Amino acid sequence: MALTPDSARQLGKLGHTCSVVSGAGLKAGISDAAYAEAGVTVYPDAQSLCAEVDVIAKVRPPTSDEVKLFRNGQTLISFIYPAQNSELLEELKARGVTTIAMDMVPRISRAQKMDALSSMANIAGYRAVIEAGNNFGRFFTGQVTAAGKIPPAKVLVVGAGVAGLAAIGTSVSLGAITYAFDVRPEVAEQIESMGAEFVFLEFEQAQDGAATGGYAAPSSPEFREKQLAKFRELAPDMDIVITTALIPGRPAPVLWTTDMVEAMKPGSVIVDLAAERGGNCELTRPDEKIVTDNGVTIVGYTDFPSRMAAQSSMLYANNVRHFIFDLTPGKDGVIVQNMEDDVIRGSTVTHAGDITFPPPPPKVKAIAAAKPKEKPKELTLEEKRAKEAADFRQATRMQVSLLGIGTVLMLLAGYYAPPSFMAHFVVFMLACFVGFQVIWNVSHSLHTPLMAVTNAVSGIIILGAVAQIGSSSWLVAILGAISVLIAAINIGGGFLVTRRMLAMFQKS
Amino acid sequence: MANLEQMVSHISEPGIVIAAYIVAAVLFILCLGGLSGQESAKRAVWYGIAGMAIAVAAAVFTPGVGNLWLIAAMLVIGLILGYIVAVRVQMTEMPQLVAALHSFVGLAAVFIGFNTHFELARLSDFFALMHNPAAAMGNPDLLLQLNQQMEGLTGFAVKLLSKSPAEISILMVETFLGVFIGAVTFTGSVVAFGKLAGKVDGKAKKLPGGHFLNAAAAILSVVLLVVYLQTGAFWALAVMTVLAFFIGYHLIMGIGGADMPVVVSMLNSYSGWAAAAIGFSLGNDLLIVTGALVGSSGAILSYIMCKAMNRSFISVILGGFGGTTGPAMEIEGEQIAIDAEGVAAALNDASSVIIVPGYGMAVAQAQGAVSELTRRLRSRGKEVRFAIHPVAGRLPGHMNVLLAEAKVPYDIVLEMDEINEDFPETDVVIVIGSNDIVNPAAQEDPNSPIAGMPVLEVWKAKQVFVSKRGQGTGYSGIENPLFYKENTRMFYGDAKDSINALLPMIE
Repeated sequence: MALTPDSARQLGKLGHTCSVVSGAGLKAGISDAAYAEAGVTVYPDAQSLCAEVDVIAKVRPPTSDEVKLFRNGQTLISFIYPAQNSELLEELKARGVTTIAMDMVPRISRAQKMDALSSMANIAGYRAVIEAGNNFGRFFTGQVTAAGKIPPAKVLVVGAGVAGLAAIGTSVSLGAITYAFDVRPEVAEQIESMGAEFVFLEFEQAQDGAATGGYAAPSSPEFREKQLAKFRELAPDMDIVITTALIPGRPAPVLWTTDMVEAMKPGSVIVDLAAERGGNCELTRPDEKIVTDNGVTIVGYTDFPSRMAAQSSMLYANNVRHFIFDLTPGKDGVIVQNMEDDVIRGSTVTHAGDITFPPPPPKVKAIAAAKPKEKPKELTLEEKRAKEAADFRQATRMQVSLLGIGTVLMLLAGYYAPPSFMAHFVVFMLACFVGFQVIWNVSHSLHTPLMAVTNAVSGIIILGAVAQIGSSSWLVAILGAISVLIAAINIGGGFLVTRRMLAMFQKS
Repeated sequence: MANLEQMVSHISEPGIVIAAYIVAAVLFILCLGGLSGQESAKRAVWYGIAGMAIAVAAAVFTPGVGNLWLIAAMLVIGLILGYIVAVRVQMTEMPQLVAALHSFVGLAAVFIGFNTHFELARLSDFFALMHNPAAAMGNPDLLLQLNQQMEGLTGFAVKLLSKSPAEISILMVETFLGVFIGAVTFTGSVVAFGKLAGKVDGKAKKLPGGHFLNAAAAILSVVLLVVYLQTGAFWALAVMTVLAFFIGYHLIMGIGGADMPVVVSMLNSYSGWAAAAIGFSLGNDLLIVTGALVGSSGAILSYIMCKAMNRSFISVILGGFGGTTGPAMEIEGEQIAIDAEGVAAALNDASSVIIVPGYGMAVAQAQGAVSELTRRLRSRGKEVRFAIHPVAGRLPGHMNVLLAEAKVPYDIVLEMDEINEDFPETDVVIVIGSNDIVNPAAQEDPNSPIAGMPVLEVWKAKQVFVSKRGQGTGYSGIENPLFYKENTRMFYGDAKDSINALLPMIE
């Protein structure tokens, strides 16, 4: 339904009066009485209604019979699919109707609130998971019960558009391990934000999906091959596959081939959201649910939004209401078809006796050009292990060679130097090692006190001066005395300032 | 010559002195090791003080040490001077104090090295006699003179006399090395002090010829070592000292600004190695142990600092930033200023706040105001934490000390690795006087000179306020895209005044 009592009240504030055909809201759970209460005039049939109103809001494209009810100057708001329905456009043009196709609302930020495709896709994605669960004989979430361990279901979502993301969200919240794939690498972030794992496909020239308004574009044969190979690899593991891959204005790409279906476990479920356009799965039959010979259920329903009529009516009615809001800039109940407006121009397919489809490209680009982003390759466990092992080997080699060089140098020194020197040298080397071990543990915040205290400690050089100061040579004595003096400054100052600093550190 | 041997045995350190040295060495190790935590550190300083007292007492009462009254006088004067300096110094002046103290160790090493040479020179006649007793025996006058001289010899000289020719050569190398390192440390620390105290321009400066001058001076020093070993002439030692003074001066002049933490830790390390080299020449194990401890401590600190800047030690020593590999990424947007009311409003709304202090906070002496701000925010139930980049400030751990001085509890002062992941969940980040350590270009722009340097990811927070004196780049002269980000507001003005202006508005 394109109108709910709520949206009718909102439209009333814009100065519009709303009407509805009797019984139209029943499937969405809205009675005529509920409409009447919201101030909506209830007409017994479409004919009498069309004769009275200026704007007609519908869900599905009008049939030829319905078009005959429209009159010149009327505005029709509905799903039209103008690319596929050129005859319908001709008929509408002939009637002089201004037609606004809800499926043509451009994907720019301002128009999001009228984006009925997204609303419907959202519902379809949710419903797809529910349908899958309905046909899947096990839990989504893994459990360890007294009766045994239940493995979690594995769900693969192909195509991370609005429907795909909705499916991912639903599936994740039901507890399934969810994987998702999309030809646009830039959506990886969105996929991961929903809690699913992005199936990474290594391919050189991944296309920039942002240029096409956030929709996917056809991919090259090489890419397709790689993609199918990846799916073939995943197929035996997956319990539920939800395909949502659509390319605007083309039949749905076949991504889930017969052999993949055959590779799946019995009891697995495939939900093909692209069934209306031929299906992503080769075996999909539109509007039908079939079970293959190996026990895989393939759901090819095309009417997911209708299966949740109350929800979809509410969302669609709101989309329509927002559109009418834009059509009524004066809030006075007067429709102004402003063809300069990007959103209105983009959605209007017939106006003033002309077909205005396809629209010129919108002035505002849908999505800012994505920055090329390099995603670090996810290492598999084996690769990680191999890398760790290689790192370890390299570190060992490095250490051993350093030790070797060190030993040779030591031996050389030992060969030439007198034993008294070597005795001191042993002490020196050991002290260096102790120093390295001890200092690594010093906390970062104490680095300044560390420097101050090492400063004080290096005043130990006073020992050398003390040993020399007693010399009978006056020069040596004087230099020794100066050394004692400055080393003492170091000792006194260093320790005291360290203490001062440390005393300041306090816990809250 | 029999009485010489007798004298030597009399003069060498008795067991009790060695034992005292061992105790002192253990205490020093415990002292440095105790710095692993704030609480144990308070005890650790006492270990260090005790170790030093034991070591000095043992050294003074070693048999053969003369001029005791002179030692006592110098010790007292020195300790008093040290006390005065330590009590008077401001916490913001910590970097220059540390640098100044390093220079003392360097200078002492030079003097002690010279003394060793003088004593050696005085004993050259004895060595000649010992090498060629027959020649001397034919000259009774000389023998008599020597005998008289020997009566006047005291501790250190007698010890030298007992060395074999090979040991004497080693001794000369050790002395030479000790003087060299000491001299580099001395001038280097003096220059670092001048830069940190603002008495010398902090910018990196080099004489024409740059590092070739240093390399030439170092090579010349090696040549002089050979000459010194052959002749034992003082001029070789003296010329080398002058060269080393030049190297220290020129090396540190060529490094500046944000690289100063590395410089200070490097000089810290050098002062340790100088002490160790002197320890070798004097045959004193405690000096060797302590020198090695200090040397490795400084080396590790330098390594940590370099890693925090993603630069190699060599590149820091060579000074300045290397050439960029391409044009820097263009920055879009503009810097948007905000006044104190705006910042205060955001702080009042925020529930979690992270403050990122930098050198600018130290310069403006704003730590007290920052602490007061922290206290007020915390008393209103907001989570306030500090994020400290390893190279914030001009000394390793500089910011921690300043915040501690201002009575900011240390358990809300966190390291970069501890807090970097928390920025996305943070409402407000206040950057006070830091620039490069919060520069997103390090991650986003591969052509940036600081590309790859670990930085605090403040831009991920919901709102960032940058307290800065004015528009302009930091030490490294690198544009900071952070200032142009949508969620960044510039809070211009002196850090202390700015924060003080905020205080009454926090409710």
